[in-house]
Amino acid sequence: MKTREDKIFNIVGHAVMILLTAMAIIPFILMVISSLTSNGTLLSDGYSFFPKEWSAYAYQWVFASNGGTVLKAYGISFLITGLGTVCNLLLTIGLAYGMSKKDLPGKGLFTFFVVFTMLFNGGLVPTYINYTNIFHLKDTFWALLVPNLLMSAFNVLLMKSYFMTGVPEEILDAAYIDGASEFQTMVKIAVPLSKPIIATVGMFAGIAYWNDWNNGYIYLVKRTDLYSIQNLLNRLMQNISALTQNASQVGNVNQGLAEIPSVSIRMAMATLGILPIVLIYPFIQKNFVKGITLGGVKG
Amino acid sequence: MTMAQKKVAAPDGRKKMSWRRFRRYIPIYLLMLPGLIYLFVNNYMPLPGLVVAFKQYNARKGIYKSDWTGFENFKYLFATNDAWVITRNTICYNLVFIVVNTVLAIVVAIILSEIWGRAKKFYQSAILLPFLISSVIVGYLVFAFLSVENGYINNAVLPFFGKEGISWYSEPKYWPFILVFVSAWKSVGYNCIIYLATLLGFDRAYYESAQIDGATKLKQIRYLTIPMLKPTIIMLTLMSVGRIFYSDFGLFYQVPMNQGALYSTTQTIDTYVYRGLLQLGNISMSAAAGVYQSVIGFILILSANLFVRKIDQDSALW
Repeated sequence: MKTREDKIFNIVGHAVMILLTAMAIIPFILMVISSLTSNGTLLSDGYSFFPKEWSAYAYQWVFASNGGTVLKAYGISFLITGLGTVCNLLLTIGLAYGMSKKDLPGKGLFTFFVVFTMLFNGGLVPTYINYTNIFHLKDTFWALLVPNLLMSAFNVLLMKSYFMTGVPEEILDAAYIDGASEFQTMVKIAVPLSKPIIATVGMFAGIAYWNDWNNGYIYLVKRTDLYSIQNLLNRLMQNISALTQNASQVGNVNQGLAEIPSVSIRMAMATLGILPIVLIYPFIQKNFVKGITLGGVKG
Repeated sequence: MTMAQKKVAAPDGRKKMSWRRFRRYIPIYLLMLPGLIYLFVNNYMPLPGLVVAFKQYNARKGIYKSDWTGFENFKYLFATNDAWVITRNTICYNLVFIVVNTVLAIVVAIILSEIWGRAKKFYQSAILLPFLISSVIVGYLVFAFLSVENGYINNAVLPFFGKEGISWYSEPKYWPFILVFVSAWKSVGYNCIIYLATLLGFDRAYYESAQIDGATKLKQIRYLTIPMLKPTIIMLTLMSVGRIFYSDFGLFYQVPMNQGALYSTTQTIDTYVYRGLLQLGNISMSAAAGVYQSVIGFILILSANLFVRKIDQDSALW
C-alpha cells in the first residue's frame, strides 16, 4: 500500500528526474534545431531553440552538393564499425572460450597475460612507435581498425565468466561424447547459449568503433580521405576554433564567418553522427544494463 | 559440474598431464591464438619502446640507436611547472569526479528505485544517451552553448539577466566547473545502472518492517538503503581511485577544444603526452611523462585491487 509519504516522494522523484532528463536531452534538441536553422539566422542570432528561419539546406548540402566527402566518411564509419565489431567478437569469443576451460593446461599463465594488460599500459608514445615504425599502419585503413579497439581484456573476462556460468558443462560433455570437435562444440553449443553476452560485447565494440576519433586523428595524417565521420567532425571543429581566435582579434565576427556557410552543416553532421546510435537505442539500452550488471563492479 | 564431481575429476585430470592431454587442447589453443596475438601486438610489443623515455630521441638514429641520457628527461620534466600542473589537474579532477558522480549516481538510483510509473524507463534511457556519443560530438554540444559569438549562453541566457557575454574559451577559471558538469552530465546514466541493479536486489521485507515501525522514507534511505549500498560504493570508489592517474582524454581534449589559453586548468597527463608527441614533436619528454603515468598508475591500480580483494575477492580484477 502506498502511504501519503510514498506519494510525496514519488512526485518529488519524478520532478527531479524530469529535470535531469531535460538536461540530458536539451543539448541534443539544440543541436537538431540548429542543423535545421538557416545559416544566416545562426550567424546573426546564434544557436537558438526558436530560430527565425528554418532551412533543411544543411542536409541537402551534405547529401547532394558536396562531392560526397561527408557521405564517404559516413560510409567509412559504417564499414569500420561493422568490420571491427565482427573481428572483435571473433577474437573475444575464441580467447574467452579457451580461458573458460577449467582444466586447460597453462590457464593461469593465459589469465595473467590477459589481466596484466589491464594493469600496466605502455601508453601513447610506445604504442604509436610500435604501430608506425614496426607495423607501418600510418595512413592506412588498418589504423582505424587495429590500435586498441580490436579486443578488450575486460570483455574477454566478461565473456569468459559467462561461458563458465551460463553454459552447463553437462551439455558440452554430451557433445564431446557424441564426437563433436572442440570447434563444433564452441560454434554449435557454447555460442548459441551465450547470445546475451555476445550481443552485449558486440554492442560495446560497435559503439567504441562508431565513436572512435582517436585512431584516425593520430594515424591518418596525409590520407584524410580515409576519415570517418568522427574525424571529419573533429577537423571541422578545429576550423571553428581557428576562426573564433581570428575573429576576436579582428573584431568583426560576421565578416570572418560569413564566407564559410557551414555553421548549420556542422550541426547537421553531428546529428547524422549520433543518428545510428539513436536508431538502435532500444537494443543498446537493453544490452547495456545487462552487460554492466553481469560485469558487476569490474566496470 | 557440481562440487562433488569436480573433486573426483581433478586428481584424475592432473594425473594425465601428458602429451595426449595436451594434444586434446590443441584446437582450443588455436581458437585462443588470434586474441593472444592481438594482445601481444597491441599491449606487449610497445613495452620495449618505453626506453625512449631514457634517451635523447634522434629521428635519424631511431629509438633504439638514440643516445642514452638516463633520467635527464625526467629531471627536465619535473623541473618545469608542467609536471606539477598536469599531476594536480589529473588527480584533483578525478577526485571531484569520483565524489560528484558517485553521489549523483546514488541519488538517481534511489529515486529510480522508489518512484513508479511508465516514465521511469524513459528517464533511464534519456540520461544514458550522453554516455553513448563520441567526445567530438560532446565538444560540439558544449560549443553550441559556450561559443563566444553564436553560443546559446552568450546570446540568450546572459543577456536575459542583463549580463555581458563571456569569452569562455579563453578564461581558464570557468573550466573546472564546466568539466565537472560535463563529466557528470555524460556519466550519470551509466554510473547509476550498477547502483540501481544492487538496490533492486535488496529484500523489500526490510523496508516493509521499517515502515510498520514508523520509519519515514528519508530514514529508510538513511538507515537501510545507504548501509546496504556501502559495499558497492566502497568497491566502485576503490576502482576509481586506482585509475586516478588516468584521465578521460576525450573530455579534456575535445571539450576545451585544445585551446592553449585554457591549459592551466584543462591540461592532464594524457593530453600533455598527446601534445608532446604529435603537436610539439618532443618525443622524449612526452615519453617521460608517459612512463611516469604508467608506473604510478600501475602501483595505484595494484594497491586498489589488493584492497578490493581483502573486502570481496569476486569483485577484484584477479
